[in-house]
Amino acid sequence: MLVTGAARQLGGRFVRRIQRDPEVDRVIAVDAVPPAHHLGGADFIQADIRQATIARVLAETGADTVVHMDVTGTALGSGNRATVKETNVIGTMQLLGACQKSPTVKRLVVKSSTNVYGSAPRDPAVFTETTPPKSLPSGGFAKDAVEVEGYVRGFARRRPDVAVCVLRFANILGPAADTPLASYFALPVLPTVFGYDPRLQFVHEDDVVEVLRIASHEPRRGTLNSGTFNIAGDGVLLLSQCSRRLGRPTVPLLLPAVTWAGSLVRTLGMTDFSPEQIRLLTHGRVVDTVQMRETLGYTPRYTTAETFADFARGQGPGLVPPEALAGAVDRVAALAARGGGRPTTHSADSTD
Amino acid sequence: MADAKVIPFDDDRSRGSAAQRPARRRGTGSRRGAHTESGTGTGEMGEVQPLPGRGRAREDGPVSREEKPEQPQERSSGADGPGGGLERRVAAGLAFLRRRLTGDYGVDDFGYDEELTDQVLMSLLRPVYEKYFRVEVKGIENIPAKGGALIVANHSGTLPLDGLMMQVAVHDHHPADRHLRLLAADLVFVLPVVNELARKLGHTLACAEDAERLLAQGELVGVMPEGFKGIGKPFSERYKLQRFGRGGFVSTALRQGAPIIPCSIVGAEEIYPMIGNAKTLARVLGFPYFPLTPTFPWLGPLGAVPLPTKWTIQFGQPIPTDGYPAEAAEDPMLMFNLTDQVREQIQHTLYKLLVQRRSVFF
Repeated sequence: MLVTGAARQLGGRFVRRIQRDPEVDRVIAVDAVPPAHHLGGADFIQADIRQATIARVLAETGADTVVHMDVTGTALGSGNRATVKETNVIGTMQLLGACQKSPTVKRLVVKSSTNVYGSAPRDPAVFTETTPPKSLPSGGFAKDAVEVEGYVRGFARRRPDVAVCVLRFANILGPAADTPLASYFALPVLPTVFGYDPRLQFVHEDDVVEVLRIASHEPRRGTLNSGTFNIAGDGVLLLSQCSRRLGRPTVPLLLPAVTWAGSLVRTLGMTDFSPEQIRLLTHGRVVDTVQMRETLGYTPRYTTAETFADFARGQGPGLVPPEALAGAVDRVAALAARGGGRPTTHSADSTD
Repeated sequence: MADAKVIPFDDDRSRGSAAQRPARRRGTGSRRGAHTESGTGTGEMGEVQPLPGRGRAREDGPVSREEKPEQPQERSSGADGPGGGLERRVAAGLAFLRRRLTGDYGVDDFGYDEELTDQVLMSLLRPVYEKYFRVEVKGIENIPAKGGALIVANHSGTLPLDGLMMQVAVHDHHPADRHLRLLAADLVFVLPVVNELARKLGHTLACAEDAERLLAQGELVGVMPEGFKGIGKPFSERYKLQRFGRGGFVSTALRQGAPIIPCSIVGAEEIYPMIGNAKTLARVLGFPYFPLTPTFPWLGPLGAVPLPTKWTIQFGQPIPTDGYPAEAAEDPMLMFNLTDQVREQIQHTLYKLLVQRRSVFF
């Protein structure tokens, strides 16, 4: 089994987990930079998937399953947007070319993202795998993901004997997540877009690793693991709910100001607050996970709310922790109960 | 007022009073005197709602469902509450406040915040509904107690207040405590603040995907197929139904086998009599029309206050769609026929209600 993008935290977790499965003989982890974490007993090969060397690696190792996890929004360590785009698109093309030449490859798993649906007010509220987006992502990671999926579809047409599985993950969160959204939630005060309360969906890292495992093995009886699947936890959280649960106050800004501030921050290189991130935090995005349940046969262990709770535990307390607010309300409640209640009544009470 | 273009349907009057007219909703509804229909008092269909205290009757639902009598809003400070339930209400209000502040509440996939809608947003709309437009609801029993159904209504009034009033009508009067999920134009979801409130009220984009998903979940979906053509039509064309889109709502209902309930709303046409349309300004602002009424925009914000007309919302007999074969949704002929049937029924009921109406304002 060959895993790309192993130097990332999530890739490393997957490599460590997959070796414990009896069906897996050998795991070859590939990335352009050596990983900071250990990879269990996996063999690490330092290779850049943008170069043709990846074909040699694949031919020499004779891997039968390729898990492509090197489609990401942020650069690892140093590197700008252009490098990321090149790794995503050119890397995928090289890897797919290598797979097409290789007679041993039987299964290809690609980690994609629900970013391919874009995020627009004129879209339906819930995306299924077949929903065409009203406005295609114009750039950034979302466009990369759309292009990567296009190449993967082409590959699936040319090699019908290879089982191809594209997994569109919602925003991945977890105690150790290092995604742009996680760093956004780590801000002491959350800038939001005035007048919009986006619906967000999260998927837990544990579930991500589990789904990747299911997709990279033979399908279980009654399930099918080739095709395109949305992967997300159950339920929806609004951004306002997220901020309250984290205990971080929000600063609503007008949409033009947010866009401008985002580009300013990007220019200064402080953080990668990309335009598609702003669109997500304006209009939100929710996907349908019926295919994941019924065809892939997987039920996530964490709902969206539980994923977020797990992530929030890993964060420091915010400026206004929800516990403190709850305690304050409880004290008022106790006071009211002792004082026999204030004369409070319903304002719309018009019937008497 | 200017109901001159209405043709009276005398034969329908007799039929209507026998079969379609439900009981008067207001026990004290003697405002309209013995003119047309108050005489029939408690009609044949029987009361769908207990008479005294409609507000309370509605709030009985939440009590049994989630142990929450009603929500004393923290900013209201009247002093006429009965002593017994007061402490409980304060406690419930504080529990509500606690949940809101800590984010410990749920929304569905469409962003519908049921708790906020029930406790706050409906309380804000109810005075408008009860006191300002004095909405009279008829035929609420035509809405099934469970399962998906598609309510199709006429659209008028420059601003979509009729949709909101229809939502309050279903929310407050339906015995099974159903919630209406409205389908709104894409403009609603582009505008800031408006889109946030619309989502929280359970509205979603008027597209086949969303409508089908809601119907499949067994929700009650409300749609106004006239769209901007209906809401932005000039005052001279009031109560004349416009084209019903492309009839997409029929094929959606057919695919889900959900009954179509025609709904006629009288009174919304006169809230903003649109005598002109500043098309250039509308194009600049990106709106489908920019209304000019006798008061707006001449009186500024004051001119945006709607006229206090008296409203009637009548839900008609459901049109079943489950008897058709699976491929019926693809049949354009059947779709046009059904669309016409729904349209005719709404138009017919509109005329009937207009004949019965004594005055625009009373």
